[in-house]
Amino acid sequence: MEYFLQQLINGVALGSIYGLIAIGYTMVYGIIGMINFAHGDIFMVSTMISLVLLIALFSLGVTAVPIVLLVILLGAVFLTALYGWTVERMAYRPLRGSFRLAPLISAIGMSIVLQNYIQNAQGADKKAFTQLIPGGIEFFKEADFSVWLQYSQIALFTTTIVVLAVFTFIVTKTPLGRAQRACEQDIKMASLLGIDVDKTISLTFVMGASLAAVAGLMHLLYYGSTDFYAGFVVGIKAFTAAVLGGIGSLPGAVLGGITIGLIEVFFAGYVSVDYKDVAAFSILSIVLIFLPTGILGRPEVEKV
Amino acid sequence: MARQETILRVEHLSMKFGGLVAVDDLSFEAKKGDITAIIGPNGAGKTTVFNCITGFYKPTEGRIALVHGDDSILTRIDNVTATGKQWVRTRQGALFLLERLQDFKVSELARVARTFQNIRLFGGMTLLENLLIAQHNKLMRASGYTFGGLLGLGGYGKAERAAIDKARYWLDKTGLLDRADDAAASLPYGAQRRLEIARAMCSDPVLLCLDEPAAGLNAREGEELNELLLSIRKEHDVSILLIEHDMGVVMQISDRIVVLDYGRKIADGSPAAVRSDPKVIAAYLGVEEEETDEVAKELSA
Repeated sequence: MEYFLQQLINGVALGSIYGLIAIGYTMVYGIIGMINFAHGDIFMVSTMISLVLLIALFSLGVTAVPIVLLVILLGAVFLTALYGWTVERMAYRPLRGSFRLAPLISAIGMSIVLQNYIQNAQGADKKAFTQLIPGGIEFFKEADFSVWLQYSQIALFTTTIVVLAVFTFIVTKTPLGRAQRACEQDIKMASLLGIDVDKTISLTFVMGASLAAVAGLMHLLYYGSTDFYAGFVVGIKAFTAAVLGGIGSLPGAVLGGITIGLIEVFFAGYVSVDYKDVAAFSILSIVLIFLPTGILGRPEVEKV
Repeated sequence: MARQETILRVEHLSMKFGGLVAVDDLSFEAKKGDITAIIGPNGAGKTTVFNCITGFYKPTEGRIALVHGDDSILTRIDNVTATGKQWVRTRQGALFLLERLQDFKVSELARVARTFQNIRLFGGMTLLENLLIAQHNKLMRASGYTFGGLLGLGGYGKAERAAIDKARYWLDKTGLLDRADDAAASLPYGAQRRLEIARAMCSDPVLLCLDEPAAGLNAREGEELNELLLSIRKEHDVSILLIEHDMGVVMQISDRIVVLDYGRKIADGSPAAVRSDPKVIAAYLGVEEEETDEVAKELSA
């Protein structure tokens, strides 16, 4: 029972990170129908930015944890958003109106570019991060197996929920969100009503990248290390989460992320650590056979 | 009657798709406050003209000038064309060369709105949201590009209320107020057509382009549409450009009719004049061009 509870906590924590990244995939797919394969690497870039900022702050003598976290969060979000914007501007916008696979190939190229750039700039070795939020709450101390809820996990859950709430508000209630949804349904009509489609798409990438930055910082706080290749597997899992939750759906992305996180952690905990990824992807395949549009996805309506 | 000012001047407009000439050297003018109809047999190029005006297509050749305010600004048209500018604004008015504007600027700056033959609503969004989308730029500015709106700053709340009031006015006018929060796709066909017109009007157009608004409507709905269009023209400062097959609608409400056949203009004038024009009759009866004189003779005989 205690063991189960511990796995549950770990699974939700891991899933929250996947969920935050998955929102970026889902929003971009929703608006231009493209899988942004460089998104995982944007996430990786954000972990590097957080690391660099941390070292910079520490060497400047700033060590108060709340201030450090806030500065890193704001700095990482801003700089990562800039990366997201630049990638869209350079690699995807010129290909808009080209055939469907062109931006996809460009995205894969962008992913390789970002990986190699970080590998060259920061080196290939794994980089460790000081534990900024140590400790946690211990439950069931008398039992054989005590359950730990780490403070970093609490921070992770809270952040995910707050960010999801803010983004849901933006998408459902603000003019920008309305424009995004309009572009999602009929991009040409949206532009005929005076919506600057290019700007709306850029902002979508900026939003996705900001979330990846939040996820990047959380990932770093939780696992304490990163390298130039960190974005690949996490990115694929987050993409899987977006598909599982129903691509195009914001709550679906988070739900999908948590589902993937739980599957992975439980499989690792009860069956085999080596095959946890196999389990996650197998379950994805099975779910998609029975629910082709994902958990919260709307069935695609054929345009007549 | 006073001289009517020009709102739209189309000059030598041609649109070619590969070898196909959809619109061939078309010139016409639409007057301010008028309902100008473009009619013609199927495939005459009517919708292509609309697509060029609204920035959907970039025309192969030609100039499309739209005027805000005093049309004396048209005297500067050659000057503007030569300087390569997209538009010019003076104290009296503004002149836009629509063929040079990006599609979203045709709506935002030049204030041209349109509806489609095959309805293009945002089906998954509510009626109200559809109408708010049309007021997007105003709301974006008021919300300080989202951040102000997010924090509830500035005049955003006021602007949003004004936008909702405007949307409700148009919902009321089109008889859709009680369905404001339903998804647009759930509306019956005739209501979707009215909603499209309401959405176009919410973007504050000076020129409203309607592509077959009466298509698929029954007789009663057609009557309602006529009333709606006439009241829009009467109560709002907007000129209407209309493509329509339903001659009942066209003859009843248009002030001026431009007739196209195979992409070329074959007649231009008042409904009465166009109705009795032998070339128009020939085009609609499907007679070869060389025989139009004969048909005209037969008709006048």
